[in-house]
This record gives sequence, structure tokens and C-alpha cells, in this order.
Amino acid sequence: MSRNARHQALFGWLFAAPFAIGFLLVFVAPIIWAIRAAFFGSEAAEGGLYGGGARREVFVGFKNFAHAATNPGFWSGMGRVLAFGAIQIPVMILAALFLALLLDSFLVRRPGLWRLGYFLPFAIPGLIAAIVWTYLYLPELSPFAAALPDLDGIAFFLSPRLVLASMANITTWTYTGYNMLIFLAALQAIPHDLYEAARIDGASGWVIATKIKIPLVRGAALLAVLLSIIGTVQLFNEPTMIRTVATWMGNDYMPMLMAYNTLMGQISPSGMGPASAISILMAVVAGSLAVIYALVQRRIAR
Amino acid sequence: MSAVRTAPPPAFAPSKFARSLTLIVLVVAMVYFMGPVIWLIIASSKSTADLLTTPPFAFSQLNWVANWQALMSWTGGQFPRWVINSVIYSSLAGVVGTMISLACGFAIAKYQFPGRKALLMITMTGLLMPVALLTVPLYVLFQTIGLANTPWAVIVPSLVSPFGLFLGRVYAEASVPTELLEAARVDGAGEVRIFFTIVLRLLGPAMLTIFLFIFVATWNNILLPLMMISSDNLKPVTLGLYGMASYYAPNKGAMMLGALLGVLPLVALFLALQRHWRAGLAAGAVKG
Repeated sequence: MSRNARHQALFGWLFAAPFAIGFLLVFVAPIIWAIRAAFFGSEAAEGGLYGGGARREVFVGFKNFAHAATNPGFWSGMGRVLAFGAIQIPVMILAALFLALLLDSFLVRRPGLWRLGYFLPFAIPGLIAAIVWTYLYLPELSPFAAALPDLDGIAFFLSPRLVLASMANITTWTYTGYNMLIFLAALQAIPHDLYEAARIDGASGWVIATKIKIPLVRGAALLAVLLSIIGTVQLFNEPTMIRTVATWMGNDYMPMLMAYNTLMGQISPSGMGPASAISILMAVVAGSLAVIYALVQRRIAR
Repeated sequence: MSAVRTAPPPAFAPSKFARSLTLIVLVVAMVYFMGPVIWLIIASSKSTADLLTTPPFAFSQLNWVANWQALMSWTGGQFPRWVINSVIYSSLAGVVGTMISLACGFAIAKYQFPGRKALLMITMTGLLMPVALLTVPLYVLFQTIGLANTPWAVIVPSLVSPFGLFLGRVYAEASVPTELLEAARVDGAGEVRIFFTIVLRLLGPAMLTIFLFIFVATWNNILLPLMMISSDNLKPVTLGLYGMASYYAPNKGAMMLGALLGVLPLVALFLALQRHWRAGLAAGAVKG
């Protein structure tokens, strides 16, 4: 190794080390830990069910995974998350794209104020957004919910038939403006000569939007959808908050809620092992969905 | 992005009809996005009785003082403490997180060291990691090393931000000229000194963007403190509000005031530093 190469290696790692160590501690170690924990369960040490109280860890192989994977509660929660994402993500991304195209067109002279207003909900912490919307769904408080009929004896927005849509609305409200800004930034990066040339060739604003702008923000859209898929699988704030007023919802209504309540001993079998197995299964599902989406996208693009 | 655009040449100008239709769409969208925020501000001023009986989008008796007193007695005087906790956790995570993101991003952009590619690839998969799922094992890990239920349990996981590293690298590549580093070396400056006196100065705008991202992410996280923090006096404001919301029949006027106060610092920061946010988003959108 030459002197310069050694110098580069030394200082490169010196500057990279704090982040790398943090990453090991906060990302890598927990993953390894979770995988290990998923293969263990706890059982009463000295036989007796109510005896000593001391518990010890025992290796249980794939039992935790088998339990999570065959638990109908897990899959119905996953099904809810998928139904949620299948509708919410396209609605949000299309709305964000539509607003971005509108603000980027000649139709709007001063986009600044609109842009800021649409983006502001992103500054509201997810849990607080969930609190505000939950109260907006309560007929006794809400400006609009009182006019709507109960469904199956439960307030309109909190009824089993509509509660997923109510949650989807909270997520859409929070993240549409953020995604709109991402699209706007991508649109700003397109050289304006491109539009001028198209204009001179007689293209209308509509043609420019659909034939030039939309294809060019494809990369940004792909990333936005991927991040939304990952975010949807770990949905937690909305179901947690809505459950405080919609008491019919189970504590395993969505997978992240199930993982949390499993860890906290609210769902049996409880503890670190079963909770880790659920988390890993969720990560596998999320990863598979992201990969499937990316592959389908690539095939369509070809 | 300029606030006012030059008017289009007359031949390209959209029709009056198209512009009116656009305006209607924009206003409807604005009502949807801002309506709940305005409602929150109005609701925070009302007593629970007024919330139930008066028109929702009009102020009636301004009950802020009584709501504040209710909030204080309800939380045993802890509420201001929770807001301060949030400020401390988010600021510390933001400052330290920004420094390590920039240092690592700078290293990846400007040094050739073994493992550089692998480091980049592994940390970037962290971008697509469902972080909430890591919270369960993180809790066990922090309990094992005795850091659960301390401020560190919230701060340390928050300060490692793959997105911060991503931005740091993009900015370092774009705005730190390699020739400048060479010149400083020829002049006899050490690497550490170069980083602190030259590189950080060049990366000033990037610093603010990354800080904001980490600050906001820390402030907004609920799952992490929910698992890590059990002492009342260590709670961040989101966790405190969650505890209040889970009460049976909470005092809704006080609740709304609490929600508003939990949002205000963040909104103020957003508005004050708007420009930097957008710059960061632009870098992400274009490179991503």
C-alpha cells in the first residue's frame, strides 16, 4: 500500500467511523438480535405453571415463525394493510402529481402560497394528525360527521366498513403535500428549453404534461411509491389513535399494532420471540412487495 | 423556484375558463389541507361544552387560559416539561446526527478507502428499511445495556439517519472541490482541521437541511418513546399526548390545546427554514 493510499484509508474510515458505528448499533445489531430472538421462547423454569415464576429462554426453532405465519389474525391484519395501500398509495401519488403539474403549469402564476399550504400538514406529527382527525370523525365534535348516519350502530367514519378509508384519509392528508414537493422539485430539474421547443411545435399544455413531464418524473414517482409501501406496512399511529375511540377494533387490527401488543404481553403467545417473528415476517412481506413493485415497474417501462 | 413566474407569451396563455377551473381546484385542495389545522386552532380555544354546542369553525368564548390550567392539572404540571424534552431530544439528535452524517458523507465522497462501496450500499439499504420494525429489537438491546427509559434511548436511535448520510454525500460531491482539499494539504493543514474549517463551512446549507430532517423525524416518532420511556418526566410531547388521548373521556378542549402546543414549535421551524427544506428535497428528488 502506498503512503497516499494508507493516508486515504485512515482518514476515510476516521470520518466514516462515527456513522458506521451508529449504524451497526441501531440497524445491524437489532436485525441480528431479532433474528436470533425469533428462534427462542420463554418457559417456566421449574415445571409448575404458576410455580417459581422464574422463566428461562429455550430454543424453539421455527415455532414462533410457524405460529405467526399460521395466525389468521396476522394475515387479516396484513390483508387490511394491503387493501389500505392498494387504494391509498395510488390516490395520494396521483393527487400529488396532479397538484404538482398544476402548480408547475402556466395555469398558476403564484404557486408559493398554495405550495406552502398543501405541504403544511407534513409538519404536523403523525400522532397529532391522528388525534385531530379522530376528533373530526367523532359526530359530537366534528363539523361534518354529525350529518352522516351511523353504520351498524357505530359512528359513520369509525364503523368497521369505513374505518380503513378514514385512516387512509389521515395518511393522505399528511403526505400528499410532501410527495407534491418531491414531484415539483423533479419538474424544476427539467430544462425549460424542452417545453419551449414543444410549444413551438404546437403542443398544448396538456400534451406537454402527459408526454413530457409525467415520463420525466417517473424516477421520483418510483421512489415515492416504494417509500409509501414500506411506510404502509408499518402503519401504527392511525390505528393506535383511532382504537381509543373505536373500541371494537382488536389489538391486532394491523401488523405493527400486533407486534407491539405481542411484545407488551397483550397478545398470547407474548414476548420477545413471538414479537420478533412477527416483525421479521412483516419485513419480508414489505421487502417482497417493494421488489415486486420495482420489477413490474421496470417491465412496464420497457 | 421563483415565487412569481414571468407571464407566458400571449399565444400560450391559458383561457380564462381553464384558469377559473384551476382556481376552484386549488381552493378546494387548500380547504382540505388547511381546514383541520384551522379547526385545531379554534377547537383549542374552547371548553369541552362549547366544543359540543358552538359552530365548529367560529370562535366563541376564548377559553385558552382555562384549557391551559386544565392541561397543567391533568398532567400534574408535566406538560411544559414534555415540550422541553421534545426540544432537547430532537435538537441533540439533530446536531450530532448532522455532524456524523456529514463526516461520513464527506468520507464516502472524497476518500478512497477499502470498504467504501460496501459501506455505501449497506447504509443505503437502510433507507428502505421499515424502521418501525427495528424498534422491537432496539428496545431489548437498550434494556440489556441499561439505557432503556433514559433520554439516550430516544436520542441515539434517532441520530443515525441513512437519509441524512445520503444528503451529506450528495452535497459533499457537489460542493466540495477536490482541488481545494489538495491545496489545503499542500499548505500543511491536517485532515481533521480541513474538515472542521473548510468542509463544514462549504456544507453550511446542507447542514441545516439534514438537521431539519432529523429534528422533525425525532419529534414525530411515537413508537420509539412509547417502547423506551416509562417515566412520566422523560416523555416527549407526542408520547404525553398519546397517554392523554387514551384516557376514558378526556377533556377535549385541553387535549386540543395540548395538540396545538405540540405542533407549534415544529410548524414555526418549518416556516422559518422553508427554503432549506426545499433545497434538500430537490437534491433528494433529482439524485434519487
